[in-house]
Amino acid sequence: MSFCVWPWPSQLFISLGVPTLQEAIQLDEAELVKALQRGDEQVFATVMDWYSGSLLRLAMSFVPSRAVAEEVVQETWMGVLEGIGRFEGRSSFKTWLFRILTNRAKTRGTRERRYEPFGLAGADADGDEGPSLEDSLFVAEGSGKGHWLDPPQGWEPDTPERALLSKECRMAIEQAIGELPENQRQVITLRDVEGVSAEEVCNILSISETNQRVLLHRARTKVRRVLDPYVRGDNRS
Amino acid sequence: MDKNFKQQLMSYMAGNFTCQQIAALITDYLEGSLTLSQRVRFQMHMGLCFACRNYLRQMKYTVATLGQLPSEPVPAHVKEELMKRFRTWKQEQSSRNASLDS
Repeated sequence: MSFCVWPWPSQLFISLGVPTLQEAIQLDEAELVKALQRGDEQVFATVMDWYSGSLLRLAMSFVPSRAVAEEVVQETWMGVLEGIGRFEGRSSFKTWLFRILTNRAKTRGTRERRYEPFGLAGADADGDEGPSLEDSLFVAEGSGKGHWLDPPQGWEPDTPERALLSKECRMAIEQAIGELPENQRQVITLRDVEGVSAEEVCNILSISETNQRVLLHRARTKVRRVLDPYVRGDNRS
Repeated sequence: MDKNFKQQLMSYMAGNFTCQQIAALITDYLEGSLTLSQRVRFQMHMGLCFACRNYLRQMKYTVATLGQLPSEPVPAHVKEELMKRFRTWKQEQSSRNASLDS
């Protein structure tokens, strides 16, 4: 006996008009924007609670001090209120928010003599002056050239949870991000910490896709190196 | 397996990528921006090289760890100040709308 299930459950949902997750997020976002345009105080308080931590982290990648970063976050929310009437939903609300913050933070950073636009920072386009960190992991000469000096160990699948449980490790990661060249720090913060898509990162920071990947690669390589001793067990608290 | 033999085998069978080249291509691989030929050669190398498989996994876990970092705490005074500014903005909006209506 043949057994045929048609329509598939997902098709059934589409035909019944149940929104997909992506559509649901967009629908919610449209509602949220309308509420902000109406001046709904509770919605503003909630949205501010959701995003201010992310905004503060991103602001700190542009300006020299936490106090200035906090001011940038405040200016960003003022920018949101000024511009919300003109928000058309061409990008996601979060991307729009990050773009406002980036513009304000660049202005503040320039004033505070910290931020220098991409390509003018005295380093290469990848934000590093010296040779790649990665090169030091491999045999440089002879028959084994290009092979691992110290082959990487396997990390356990619960690495992220375990790493973040340790305060010491969390601080080491934060410090590693803080010590990255500015453009690498901005890319890794947006891309990996905040989960913004590659396309949107290029858009927000006005950089090419290739440059975004190079910066991201260098930044990830450095954070991985910092994480390694903690999750290997040598330095776990 | 003899180390030299393994290295030779790798360079002939694993698409001629060295481990160093693989490490340099990892983000491009994860971002889906390798060409078809590069991707095939990358995967051939991965199939044969335990160390590179570990490295790829380490990079994936690094990304996952970064994605789970707790968000930066925002001080209460910053939030209070923002709510104050929001109320001022709202009042200005209402008075502007009222003057437009009249």
